[in-house]
Parts: sequence; structure tokens; C-alpha cells
Amino acid sequence: MEFTQLNQKLAKVLPTVEMPGRYTGGELNQISKDWQKVDVRTALLFPEIYDLGMSNLGLMILYDIINQEPNYLAERSFIPWVDMEAALRSENIPLYSLESKHPLSDFDILAVSLPYESLYTNFLNALDLAQIPIYAKDRAEDHPLVIAGGHSTFNPEPIAPFIDAAVIGEGEEIILEILETYARSQPGSSKLDKLNQLKEIEGLYIPAFYEPVYNADGTFSKLEKTVAEAPDQILKRIVGKLPPPPKKPIVPYIDTVHNRAPLEIMRGCTRGCRFCHAGIVTRPVRERPVEEILETMDTLIPNTGYSEIGLLSLSSSDYTQIVGLVEAINKRFAGQNIAISLPSLRIESVSVSLMDALSGKRRSGFTLAPEAATERLRNIINKPISDQQLLDTAKEIYRHGWHTIKLYFMIGHPTETLADVEAIADLSKRVLQVGIQTIGNRAKVNASVGTFVPKPHTPFQWVGVMPQDEITEKLDLLQRELRGRGLKLNWNDPRETHFESWLSRGDRKLAEVIYKAWQSGAKFDAWREHFDFPLWQEAFAEAGLDPEFYSTRVRAEDEVFPWDHINPGVKKSFLLEDYQWSQEGKTRADCRVNCFSCGILPAYNDLRRQNPGTLWLCPEVSRGK
Amino acid sequence: MKKQRVRIRFSKTEAMRFTGHLDLILTWERTFRRASLPLSYSEGFNPRPIMNLAVPLPLGFISSAEIGDFWLSDEFTPDQIRNSLDKSLPPGLIVHDVQEIPQLHGGKLPSLVERSDYMITLPNDYPGLQEKIDLLLQSSQCIRTRKRKEYDLRPLIHDIMLVPSDDGSPPSLRVSLLILPTGTGRPDEVLSALDIPPHETIICRTAIILKAGEEK
Repeated sequence: MEFTQLNQKLAKVLPTVEMPGRYTGGELNQISKDWQKVDVRTALLFPEIYDLGMSNLGLMILYDIINQEPNYLAERSFIPWVDMEAALRSENIPLYSLESKHPLSDFDILAVSLPYESLYTNFLNALDLAQIPIYAKDRAEDHPLVIAGGHSTFNPEPIAPFIDAAVIGEGEEIILEILETYARSQPGSSKLDKLNQLKEIEGLYIPAFYEPVYNADGTFSKLEKTVAEAPDQILKRIVGKLPPPPKKPIVPYIDTVHNRAPLEIMRGCTRGCRFCHAGIVTRPVRERPVEEILETMDTLIPNTGYSEIGLLSLSSSDYTQIVGLVEAINKRFAGQNIAISLPSLRIESVSVSLMDALSGKRRSGFTLAPEAATERLRNIINKPISDQQLLDTAKEIYRHGWHTIKLYFMIGHPTETLADVEAIADLSKRVLQVGIQTIGNRAKVNASVGTFVPKPHTPFQWVGVMPQDEITEKLDLLQRELRGRGLKLNWNDPRETHFESWLSRGDRKLAEVIYKAWQSGAKFDAWREHFDFPLWQEAFAEAGLDPEFYSTRVRAEDEVFPWDHINPGVKKSFLLEDYQWSQEGKTRADCRVNCFSCGILPAYNDLRRQNPGTLWLCPEVSRGK
Repeated sequence: MKKQRVRIRFSKTEAMRFTGHLDLILTWERTFRRASLPLSYSEGFNPRPIMNLAVPLPLGFISSAEIGDFWLSDEFTPDQIRNSLDKSLPPGLIVHDVQEIPQLHGGKLPSLVERSDYMITLPNDYPGLQEKIDLLLQSSQCIRTRKRKEYDLRPLIHDIMLVPSDDGSPPSLRVSLLILPTGTGRPDEVLSALDIPPHETIICRTAIILKAGEEK
């Protein structure tokens, strides 16, 4: 489609839709390159609406890295909201990039970010809106290569037939290797030639080169290679040192979920919570030096004008120099009305003094995530905090001027009993009681209760998700018990939990379910008002598959998983040992204190040797090890 | 701390056409920070920058004549401010004039506005449009429903003029609407009253008229 034609059609459509600012691009710090003067053109697709996608740090990092290269170009694309989708379809406007308004099918590479599974149907919908065939095998030679990345690709099988390749791990270095390989390929070379060259890149998985084999009972047997030279294992790619963060991110003209400058201070987490997918996927812990953080802030603020900077990590209080960093920030940016946010603080009093030191602004609430309400269960999930520690921290929080404490819990942990669930109500009430004693009746507690979903590559990958009737029973109990003045309870729909659990530990057979669900209208599955459970049940039935096989079934300890060829650097034997430890109630300390040989160091010993010193929190590797 | 008050006249162009009033305020706050011009902030737990935009510009309109008052916590010459802002403006904002307002308090812009003028570019000719305009201007009331409430648009209309083009392209409408305590005239409402779908047009505010004696 001619640009002018696309632009004319857009001009007609935009005034008729809600929040048209989502679809225009052209914001401050957008990078627009000459389409004709680059070798490889990449569309970065985040299959959610702009408001959410623009807050994704991964997208901004890749945008920055690719566009720094003179020969490459990257442009953004997001999923339109339903009103705009209807308008695009009725006007026959293909999904386009925000920068140059090129249809996505004009790009060489379509890089799709899939941080969580509930984006899968949106991804298919994006392909369809871009007028690109959904299944990789149906795409022509001149369609873009579709490459997925993000945490959910650590189990790529459910989306394998839709993608040409999946990046396993961190995109920063591998993305340029992919683009170089693409640029080197002969003009007019076939897609198969390109994929054959791309398979040499470590950390890139090409599903077409493998065929899954199943046992008679439906469990996964093995992945058979259809191309002999394809690697047996895809080891996740990581960077030895965090690359310089984006210093000139795009500043949206409209409100987005995190309307602030993001700045990653640390990647990975040493705590080893057994339910945590991110904790395994992002190992090892690599910190950014304090000086680099401060220097980045010095340029981020004048480049963006943001009044808030989010210092991002999985566990802010575990950043080694956190107190020094906060002091330095306070000194340097005092009086400039800059707010700093520190997400994911641990349950300890130092978190309170950190927040206190940082916040000129008092936010709606202070969030603590005990995840389970009894010490026994917290040992099982390896989040060992005592009740007393929680109550002491709560007291400090109320004392320092916060009125509301948000408590995050999960139900459905392995070995959980009704008593553990009742304890959620009790503990919430005890926290509130501390609040009332400290600040009187202004004190509030908001308890959020999610349901645990077992994730691949975690110590709990063998356990089943709790059956729906049991979730409902436990949530009913909480709704009865957790009520009264100052208390509020939020919970998730059990059906959403099950939906997530299918896709998390699915195999390649699930692709058909996803496709059928999308065909009958599934999209925006992460949005409560759009999520349609019966439609997914029908899709399972049509595909002749049993959802419970993927959700509630407890896996045998020797079961081969459909994601075993994806190697996160952490050994499966370590995960299994940790699972067995959990059943004995044995905890593991912070692995900074004591290395448990999870497998990261042998997998990346060269990288560790090239990056000596304290930025990695793993022990140093001696020569010759 | 308020040290200085400046009145800025600016355009909001196509690139920011779909940025609403609150997001425009945020955009100004960020622009001042990029320009290293310290805005004054309110006291309290949630400090907000202190600024007044004369009258909100609805989403989807552009403007060549916006007015805003901004309070700074330090003093600068209007030229310094103008130069710093020019280097920091995002696509979609153009500063035309920076003027120092000696009176630090009172005389808030929203209380001074009297009228807004708009130039509306029509996509095509509408047969009988002049007759419809005449009829509307001659009528004593024009009851319309907005946000499920009935109101009379007619007293908010100051003038409507059909402007033919010289080059054979469709004509434009010049619409002048009052801002009264009882309501603010909206040009898209006038268009609807004239049976023209507003979203097919381009609406540009060309003037905000302040009460006599206030415009210095």
C-alpha cells in the first residue's frame, strides 16, 4: 500500500477511535531513519496496546541498540485496541509501524516480544492484521522472518509453528548477530538458506529444524532433529556485563502505565524463590555500577524531562550498594522535584528507610510480598521470612507515613492446606492491627491473592496447578474471613490461572489450541473483560486435547519436558534437587552467601572469567576450572 | 517558591493533535525540565508544577493560539526562557511569545478568557451550508445533548462565517464561540448542528480572546 494512501486512510480513522495518540508515533526522541539507506529493517512488535507496550524496557533497549547501527533500522508496532482493530479491518489498513507507517509485511524481520503467555493470541492477531500468514510454513519468501523473544520463549513449543526463530535469553548482543547474518545473506537467498545460517548463532532456536515425538500417553518423548547440524541444546544467551542503558528513550505524548524513565540497576536475583521463573531466566546476577547509574540519570533527565525514574531490578534491596546509591541520588537531585521509584523491596526495615529517603511523594501504598502466610509454607517456597519480621516491617511502614500496606499472597503452593489459607486472613488482620496501634483507624491493608502457576525451568515445574474447584473453595474462605474495616481483598479468576498454566508448560500440540482459540475470537486474554474461558475449552475439545493434562497433572520426576532442549544455564538436576528439598521443608540461603552450584558458572565460565570482580554476584572462576 | 510568572503563547500542531489537556500539562512540565527552567511546585506530599492553561483544547484539535501561565522558582529574561524552551520543545509545540507578568498572584488565565476563534477546514462543499448557518444564527436557541445532558448551544455562538477558498478547494468555516460561566462553546458541536461530521474536518483554534483590559 502506498504511504500517502495509508496516511489518508489513517487520517480518516484516527478521529473516530478512543485514544488516537496510541497510533500516531512521532513522539519526542523517536528515531526515524531513511528506509532506503539501511540494509536490514526490523519491526519491533509488542503485542499489547501502546499504553502497556511503551513501558516495556526490553523493547526500548532493542530499539536503542539497533538504531545505533547506521546500517539497520528498528521501528515500533503495537496491537490496536478493539475499536481501532475494527477500523483497520474495515478500511483494509494493514498493521503498520509507528515511525514510517510501513506495513509490517514490508520489514525484513519482525521481532516480537513475548514476556508472558497471555500475549500469544494477540501475537497471532497482529500477524493477521499485518496480512502475514499465521503459520511459518504458509509464509512466502518475501514475508519478514518472524523472531520471538522474551521470557515466555523459554518454553517456545506452544508457539513454535508460528515463528521462524526464538531468541533464548538476553537480546542485546544476539540481535546484532542476527541482523549481521541477515545482512550477509545473498540477495534473493531463500528463507531456508537464511535459517541455515542463523542456526549457527548461539541462543537462537529454529523450531522448523526439530520435530517433537510423543509417548503413547501423550507425554513428551523427545525432539527429533530434521536438520542434523541443528544444536541439541539451546543455551540461553546472556551478556557478561550490562550494556549501557538507553539514555534517550522515547517520551510518550499520552499516559502510559509506567510514565517514567526506566533504568535497570541489576539483572537477576540471588534469592531462589522456588516458584519464580524470572529468577532462573535472568541468572546470574549482574549489577550496574553506581557511577554508571548516576551518570545515566544525569543524561536521562535532560533528554526526557521525566519527573520520575524507575530503578528497575527483581529485588531492589539486594543491590549491593543500594544505600549508597540512594544517598548519592538524594544529594545529586535534591530540590529538582525528581521522584525515584524502587520496585520489589524486601520485607525488612531497611526497605522502609530506603523508601523514606527517596520519596518526596507518598504513594498510595507500600507493597510487601510475603507470598505465603505461614512460616512453614514460606520455607517450602524458599521465601523464609518470619511473621515477626513482617510485622516489624509493617510497623515501620505505618510509622513513616504510609497508610496502606499492600500484601501479595499466592494460594496453591505445593503442600498448602486450608490452615495455610486461613493464615492469609489472620496475617493480614495482624498487619492491620499493627497499623491501628501505630496510626489509628487510618491504617489499611489491601491483600492481593493470586494463584500459583507452575512455570517451566523452576523447581516447581513438576507440580500441578491447583484444581479450579479447590481454588474457588479457598477464595470463598478468604472472602468470608478477610473482611472488615480497613481490609480489602483482591483475587484472580481461577479460570485465568488455569489458562496461564496450560500455556506455560505446553507442548507443540498446544499451538493448534492457540490457533483455534484465536480463530474463534480469543485476544487480549490478559484483560478480564476479554478473556473467554469457554472459547478456550472449545479449542481444546476441537484439538482433541485435555486441558487438565497440562494444568493439574503432577509430572513424574523422570518426565522429559517439551522445554528440556532449552537450557537456561541452570541444570535440571539442580531444579529437581531443589524441588525435593522443598518437600522436606529445607531452604536455601541467598546464593551470594553460599554458591549451590546451580549450573550457571560451568555454563558461562568463559564469560565470568572475562568479567571478573564484583559485578557478578557468582563466585569468581579460577583459571583452568 | 514562586519567583516569576510568565505568559507563553504557543501552537499545538499536528504531531500533538491527539494529546489531551492533562497530557499537554505533563508535556510542558517535561519541556521545562529539559530546558533546565525550574517550575514552581505546589507544597505537600504530591507536589505539582504550577501552571495555568487558559482553556483546554479538546483532543483532536490543533491550535495556533494557545496561552499558558507558568510560575518559575527563579528569574530569567523572557529571551532566556524563549531560547531555552526552543531547544527543548517536542514535535508539536511551537512557542510564539514569552511575556513576563509582573503580577505574581491573582488574575488567573481561566477566569480571564472570553472567547475562542476557530478555523475549520472542510473536506468538501456542503450544499445549503450558508442557509443552515443563517438559520442557526437567526434562531434564538439550539438545544443539543452532550454527555447525556441537554443544553442550549445558541448563546455560546458569537459568530459563524463561511469563507470561500480562492483556489477551488472546499470552503472553510470561521467560528467564534463564547466561554461563559454556564458553558464553553465547542466548534464540533456547531458542526454537528450544521450536519457536518466533525471528525471529517480539521479544527484549528486561531485565537483566545481575553477580557478587555487584560490583554497586554
